[in-house]
Amino acid sequence: MSCPDHIVDYMHDYLDEEISEREEQELRKHLHSCSDCEQHFRELKKAIAFVQNTSHIKAPDGFTASVMAKLPKEKKKLEMSRWFKSHPFLSAASLFLMLMTGSILSTWNEDQQFSVSKQPNLVVENGTVVVPKGEVVKGDVVVRNGRLNIEGEVQGDVTVINGEKYLASAGHVTGDVQEVNEVFEWIWYHIKETARDTVGLFGGNEEDQSLQF
Amino acid sequence: METIVKRRIKQVIKGDQDAYGEIVELYRDKVFQLCYRMLGDRHEAEDIAQEAFIRAFININSFNQNLKFSSWIYRIATNLCIDRIRKKKPDYFLDAEVPGTEGLTMYSQISSDTVLPEDELESLELQDEVQKEISKLPEKYRMAIVLKYIEELSLNEISEILDLPLGTVKTRIHRGREALRQQLKNV
Repeated sequence: MSCPDHIVDYMHDYLDEEISEREEQELRKHLHSCSDCEQHFRELKKAIAFVQNTSHIKAPDGFTASVMAKLPKEKKKLEMSRWFKSHPFLSAASLFLMLMTGSILSTWNEDQQFSVSKQPNLVVENGTVVVPKGEVVKGDVVVRNGRLNIEGEVQGDVTVINGEKYLASAGHVTGDVQEVNEVFEWIWYHIKETARDTVGLFGGNEEDQSLQF
Repeated sequence: METIVKRRIKQVIKGDQDAYGEIVELYRDKVFQLCYRMLGDRHEAEDIAQEAFIRAFININSFNQNLKFSSWIYRIATNLCIDRIRKKKPDYFLDAEVPGTEGLTMYSQISSDTVLPEDELESLELQDEVQKEISKLPEKYRMAIVLKYIEELSLNEISEILDLPLGTVKTRIHRGREALRQQLKNV
């Protein structure tokens, strides 16, 4: 006896709870009259019951703790970014300071070589700069990583960076004398220079403007 | 429950890891169960279930908060299970005969050192038998059957988790049921 193909489809629709009343009636009627299909249907239900009755197993102890331990550590980063967001001014200031210090330190490290400002009558011998007796050096004198020996006269400021200065009794400096030896002094010097340049720039502008009027 | 979960997820997105712990507590049994039924091995199931929760955490920002979290974690877990099944080349089966012996299978090689009452033993044997039959199903039918009858999800949810049309899900469940009927009719 051959059963219509759609009977098996109806069985599955029934099991999916997606069967219309009319189809369900037809299925029931068929199952009453056909023992093969009836057995087929019973076996399907039995298989489902077996699967459903497998005991529900639980995750092993310590499962959650072990997941939590394996999560990437994001907290520190998050705390930082939270802090930055709530203190925008401080973040900007610290960033500025960091960059400033960085750039100045790098120039400090770059300038380990001996150098001297260019004036025609300065004499240079083995890392020592000499302002000879009786000579008059015009303009500012800057010596880096070397000694300065002033026996004559300097008409301007004298700056010795990372070195020594010797002023002979006969020597004479008309402007300021400065020695810069430590990193912090160096930074301070830099900041003062920048500030002076900036002020000079603005001052210069004002002068230009006043000239234009 | 979904509203609590949604609130916890918002906290997790803001960086609160402890809130994620609560989510893991809520879903760990379901996810572990799914993995165990798919893989048939507790250690592997634990591995994959943990991996699923870790991936969900890492990708929490890509989670669409209008969907159910359960569907999402199930989807991650099912994909990981399928990857694992495909990578794993079975090098021996427990019910394969041990070479050079007659009628001796690997089952008899495993010593049972715990003595159990007869009833319990019987029900455990039946459990193992059913699990073994589930494991024999092709993985795409197995997945659909496990989601439907062990996780007790609706066809719509299964179609969402597996990212398949409803019709395909139905077909897989029908075929899975027919296969299980054949395998289990003499149990």
